[in-house]
Amino acid sequence: MQVREQLKHFVIENFLFGRENGLKDDDSFLDNGIIDSTGVLELITFVEETFGIRVQDADLVPDNLDSIEKVTNYVQRQLGANGGGA
Amino acid sequence: MCGICGSVSFAGGNDGAELVRRMADTMRHRGPDESGVFVDGEAGLGHARLSILDIAGGRQPMGSGGCRAGNMKILGQAGVSAGGHPSLSRIFERGTPKPVPDFQDKSLWITYNGEIFNYIELREELIKKGHRFATRSDTEVILQLYEEEGERCVERLNGQWAFGIWDARRRRLFLSRDRLGVRPLFYTQTGGRFLFASEIKALLACPEVECELDLQALDQVFTFWATLAPRTAFRNIWQLPPGHSAVLENGRLRVWPYWRLEFEPDAELAWGREDRLREELLALLLDATRIRLRSDVPVGAYLSGGLDSTFTTALTRRLAGDRLRTFSVSFEDAEFDESAYQREASAFLGTEHSDVHCTRNDIARVFPEVIWHAEQPVIRTAPAPLFLLSRLVRDSGFKVVVTGEGADETMGGYDIFKEAKIRSFWSRNPESALRPQLLKRLYPYMDGIQQQPAAYLRKFFQVNGGAPGPFFSHLPRWQLTARLKTFFSEEVRAAVGGYDGTAELRGALPERYHSWDAFLQAQFLETTHLLPGYILSAQGDRMAMAHSVEGRFPFLDYRVVEFAARLPVRLKMKVLDEKHLLKRCAEGLIPPAIRKRPKQPYRAPDGQCFLEPAAREYIDELLSPECLRRYGVFDPAPVTRLLAKFRSGQAAGVKDNMALVGIVSTQLIMQQFVDGRSRRTLAYAGSRTT
Repeated sequence: MQVREQLKHFVIENFLFGRENGLKDDDSFLDNGIIDSTGVLELITFVEETFGIRVQDADLVPDNLDSIEKVTNYVQRQLGANGGGA
Repeated sequence: MCGICGSVSFAGGNDGAELVRRMADTMRHRGPDESGVFVDGEAGLGHARLSILDIAGGRQPMGSGGCRAGNMKILGQAGVSAGGHPSLSRIFERGTPKPVPDFQDKSLWITYNGEIFNYIELREELIKKGHRFATRSDTEVILQLYEEEGERCVERLNGQWAFGIWDARRRRLFLSRDRLGVRPLFYTQTGGRFLFASEIKALLACPEVECELDLQALDQVFTFWATLAPRTAFRNIWQLPPGHSAVLENGRLRVWPYWRLEFEPDAELAWGREDRLREELLALLLDATRIRLRSDVPVGAYLSGGLDSTFTTALTRRLAGDRLRTFSVSFEDAEFDESAYQREASAFLGTEHSDVHCTRNDIARVFPEVIWHAEQPVIRTAPAPLFLLSRLVRDSGFKVVVTGEGADETMGGYDIFKEAKIRSFWSRNPESALRPQLLKRLYPYMDGIQQQPAAYLRKFFQVNGGAPGPFFSHLPRWQLTARLKTFFSEEVRAAVGGYDGTAELRGALPERYHSWDAFLQAQFLETTHLLPGYILSAQGDRMAMAHSVEGRFPFLDYRVVEFAARLPVRLKMKVLDEKHLLKRCAEGLIPPAIRKRPKQPYRAPDGQCFLEPAAREYIDELLSPECLRRYGVFDPAPVTRLLAKFRSGQAAGVKDNMALVGIVSTQLIMQQFVDGRSRRTLAYAGSRTT
């Protein structure tokens, strides 16, 4: 499964409990109330465990993590930089 | 403390006795000592009594003239007259036979739940005016004060009450509820009858009363944690709001407020008067406690280990003199447990202490019964340990406890006040890296907050530098809670439609609200909504009365509340020191470690409880797709996933926990109240959108 699909599946299952609700790739997690404070940590844990990357403190900003689009881009950048993948 | 009920038939006739008896019977837990029914033509009053004051003379319903020794008739069925009046009947059904009043003037009858703590002073005043009393009860004081001053008599009362007075001459019913909403009073109208009672289940004893979930009320619970008065969780069943009275006459109900919470911080008090204000507050709280010890049965105290209950226990101990019994909850989960502080407070104050040790499985076991008593969906399990605590109190032989409830609202203790202050401070410099650290200090027990990057905290706490709206303090909480509505079924969503609870709340705000600062606005919201709607009801009256225990609250003495409303905000929260003036009052009276400890909100384990063995059977049933579909409130698919998330050990967040507790409690409401009476729930789905 591609990064984007894996992320989308995780978000829909884990935060929307299967209710896709027309979720678009660029919908803000925060503005749409998709994740709460614990949800951010769940998302980071998922990204780290699934894609084998370490999310640095400086990267913990909505610009990297606030939509499927943004997380996908972030993960791909990291995978590219590390030369690895999952 | 007692259960009250009554019925007024618009069609006239005398058919209410059996109905009122059935209504009173549903509330035996509130009043196990005796019960009585009074019928006068179209009106009937019922009472289930927990005897606390004037045990021999305070029987109810009581007629004007009070209880005096006289002719005695123990009446076994409705319709038999007492005292020679052809249309009046009074029936004692439980308890030791006592003389029936020889009624001097049969025009006024009362059924009353509560305590008037200043009844001795009012009684003396009335005697000076020529009144004669046949009993020592506060019940008779209310009746005679009503005779003297009419509907405005309630403005003279210092206490916690809900009562109904039938004025036989004017053929009208007068209802009233205390200022802060300590005691409950519900009513409904069905067909040709008006009904009122301390609990909703008593209203449902009338077969004509429809029992349907009010979906807009459900929307409110899933936003504000409680319904907004006068709504209840059930359609067409209302509560008399705190601080309100009502008259039913000629088939029309007139409801009005007799008291309002008004904040008028006195600028004169702002600086240099702290010592004097501390003395005044201490004197007030001492007197508030003193009159709350008026009782013909022993009084105990709740001791949570926090500032408020340790303080009220200290005052009680000082005033009561004798060795005091104290009671508390301890938790198996260290995260919630305060037993070390409880032991320290008990040792310091010299009380004889008992605690009920509460496990997740205990909470799971009693939760269905908790909801039966609470009569509303809840999103926290916190009422359950208090249910277990009141059982301990009852089993220890106590009927009355003094508690510290109300201090956080009146004296400025809640985290949400501090949170708003920090958010406001941060908003002035949204890019600050240091200011958000204050929020982390505020919630040391919330991992999700501790590990959160500043950019996310800014979003969650809505720090955007914009102008604060009227609900600045509460919007983050309400919006987080409102996310739980994603579990509602399509039918419920359609029925709720565009309903906006915050708009309803905004419309009910007093005009002066907008002139208050954010701290006072937050205090107003907590004191007038969450306090009566959840703290004093689902966690308070209903859990205590489930085991016939009466709570008494010195911090909710209206003199204390009004005094606190005049205090400058800086004396309630000095920088980030919550309840500052109260802490000053407590110097030397309570252990220093308790006075200085960081505030720990009362919490209990939530969603995880439903994974315990005691919950397995009812969770499997209530959260099965079939049951969810049958009740129609929640969509089975996401609920199944939520439960799976818990069972896999992955659910930990506040939202997941609130969602599971909210769903389980709502399903229990459906099972125990709605489905149990084979009523339709969603019959009006789609016809009641806003």
